[in-house]
Amino acid sequence: MSGRDMKALLERPVWGRSEVEDLVIVPLFAVIVALVLGALTMLATNVDIATIGHSYIALARGSLGSLNALSETLTAAIPLVLAGLGLALGFRAGLFNIGAEGQLLMGGMAAVIAGFALSGLPAAIHLPLALLVGALAGALYASIAGWLRAATGAHEVISTIMLNLISYRLLDYMLRMPAIQKEGRADPISRSVPEAAELPRLLSFIDPNLRLHAGVFLMLAMVALVWWVLFRSRIGFEFRASGESADAARYAGIRAGLVIVLAMGTAGALAGLAGANQVLGVLGRATPGFSAGIGFDAIAVALLGRSHPVGVLFAGLLFGALEAGGRQMQVDAGVSIDLIGIIQALIIVFVAAPLLVRAIFPWGFRRPSSGGRRP
Amino acid sequence: MKTFAPFLRQSATAAALLAVSAVSAGAFTACQVTDTGGIDDNSFNQTAWKGVEDAQAELGVTGRFLESQAETDYEANINSLLGGACDVIITVGFLLGDATKTAAEQNPDQKFSIVDFSYDPALPNVLGQVYATDEAAFLAGYLAAGMTQTGALGVFGGINIPPVTIFMDGFHHGVSYYNSQKGTAVTVLGWDPITREGLFTNNFDSLDDGRAFAQNLYDEGADIVLPVAGPVGLGSAALADELGTDKLKIIGVDADLYFTDPAKKHVYLTSITKRMDATVLQVIKAVTDGTFEGGILTGTLANGGVDLAPFHDMEGDVPDALKAELAAIRQGIIDGSIDVSP
Repeated sequence: MSGRDMKALLERPVWGRSEVEDLVIVPLFAVIVALVLGALTMLATNVDIATIGHSYIALARGSLGSLNALSETLTAAIPLVLAGLGLALGFRAGLFNIGAEGQLLMGGMAAVIAGFALSGLPAAIHLPLALLVGALAGALYASIAGWLRAATGAHEVISTIMLNLISYRLLDYMLRMPAIQKEGRADPISRSVPEAAELPRLLSFIDPNLRLHAGVFLMLAMVALVWWVLFRSRIGFEFRASGESADAARYAGIRAGLVIVLAMGTAGALAGLAGANQVLGVLGRATPGFSAGIGFDAIAVALLGRSHPVGVLFAGLLFGALEAGGRQMQVDAGVSIDLIGIIQALIIVFVAAPLLVRAIFPWGFRRPSSGGRRP
Repeated sequence: MKTFAPFLRQSATAAALLAVSAVSAGAFTACQVTDTGGIDDNSFNQTAWKGVEDAQAELGVTGRFLESQAETDYEANINSLLGGACDVIITVGFLLGDATKTAAEQNPDQKFSIVDFSYDPALPNVLGQVYATDEAAFLAGYLAAGMTQTGALGVFGGINIPPVTIFMDGFHHGVSYYNSQKGTAVTVLGWDPITREGLFTNNFDSLDDGRAFAQNLYDEGADIVLPVAGPVGLGSAALADELGTDKLKIIGVDADLYFTDPAKKHVYLTSITKRMDATVLQVIKAVTDGTFEGGILTGTLANGGVDLAPFHDMEGDVPDALKAELAAIRQGIIDGSIDVSP
């Protein structure tokens, strides 16, 4: 552990030049390079230059160009940010949680059950209760992996991947249980959530097709909460200390097992909240595919956001914009939606390899203090 | 980065030109939202999209499509086609039924058509395209029962929804009809038409599942397998290709897979075709000539909406007597003397 890291651990975060480079410049350049390489990919697959330009215009228009575009961008960003916050918190505590997908499914499923099973409650009680049940289910499911790590040393990467697979089958099974399955249907699909448990749509008075819902406030509240927990609370300090050096943290009297279980549980609660948000705000019920890979995209969001709550917010908004814009790209330019996946993947590659970005954009960064040579 | 500058400038100019031309065109546009199988799935979505392509060639309309990558995309995809850009929005698949209904109710001036779903009561701006697939599947069941060496046939579905299980019902009844006519005891693995339970992959996109499910059925003795799961069946075809067609044959669904899956064309005994291309074209024609109205459009054996594809490479393997019986049954189904869902 270097002296610089130790100082960062002891001092409150200060926005120096290196943080700006790390949090802003690297992700920004990563996005630019990814878009350029995306264009080259299209060229390589015989898309002509006019269509490429047209498709990027569509990408911008579909993500920012209208009220509907903004609504779609935010709607897509909400679950990514929520689950991404949980993963970021885990990364800070040194836990590489791959299980957001499973935690999201369990949280969403629990929220749906709480939604239709408790019908008759007023919305002011029903909705928060359904969200809470979703968060708790996600937390419990993630705690399994946390407990396995703390008690037996089973690595959380492996156990969360396995728990993801279990969650898929568990969901299939639960969706076919007579108490949960929608009446008159033979396929796995749950009953619908009553209106009292739905996250209200915010803009339907302008146009009933606008899907933005109250989950956006939940998202902002959670960004603030996770920031506070990580940087202002005692347990957050313990999370970060364990993440920086588990041995040092233990030597300093931090209970490592408790930190692991708590960090996993909090991460799971946020992923469960993301799932609850999808079923209560967007879909109104659960189906086998309702997670739509959000739990995995959220890993990318957390990495791109540098595991910082505000970074996660912006990364989630960017991924939401790519999703909403990608749809428009497909409509206007006829470019395959798979290209959006390629651009997302390229962004991650460049964010994960900051040295590569520094090599491509040397003028964007401070020169190394000693021995540096301008290329 | 300098090298990219001219490239970007060039593409921006080109895009501006294209945007102008797109606005001035203003042609009739048919838009399609696919299911999660994707537009190039060799069967379900691809057949429906062929209807739009045929309309492009025949009527000179413009076609656009949006692929759904997950069930969460349905509503969003339909929404992004709203706003007047599309003269008709065609949603492909039973699972889009709820999303299409919501969008149609919120946008009464937009014309919709949905494949594999119909509404009761009918919505004034939605034309449902449904298919009496069991009529063609009945023929396939009779054929398979006559062709099997092991006395066991296999079937599995994508998701337990009516447009899938109607294939399995018809197939099962066709086999039962063969048994009652010939006094045989050919069994069908993977579907019970009474309990409505059977083998389902619970997705429409995993080729690995298609392979594994066909392998299980083969291990249980089936030598002809009918996968009713869109592109999932391509995985089953790959297994049949490796085992050899004397051990395992596949019956295709939706399109004539002999043509849409040319690399594995030799493994297909036949295909149960569901002419979504014909009905989609018919819907687009109705919208262009102003005769469109909400309701139901049903494809049957009689009007060619569903059919049994030719045997192609296996033409010589199917006995002439069996072919004659199939022709007679086909006639019986059309004139109503044979009931495909007893």
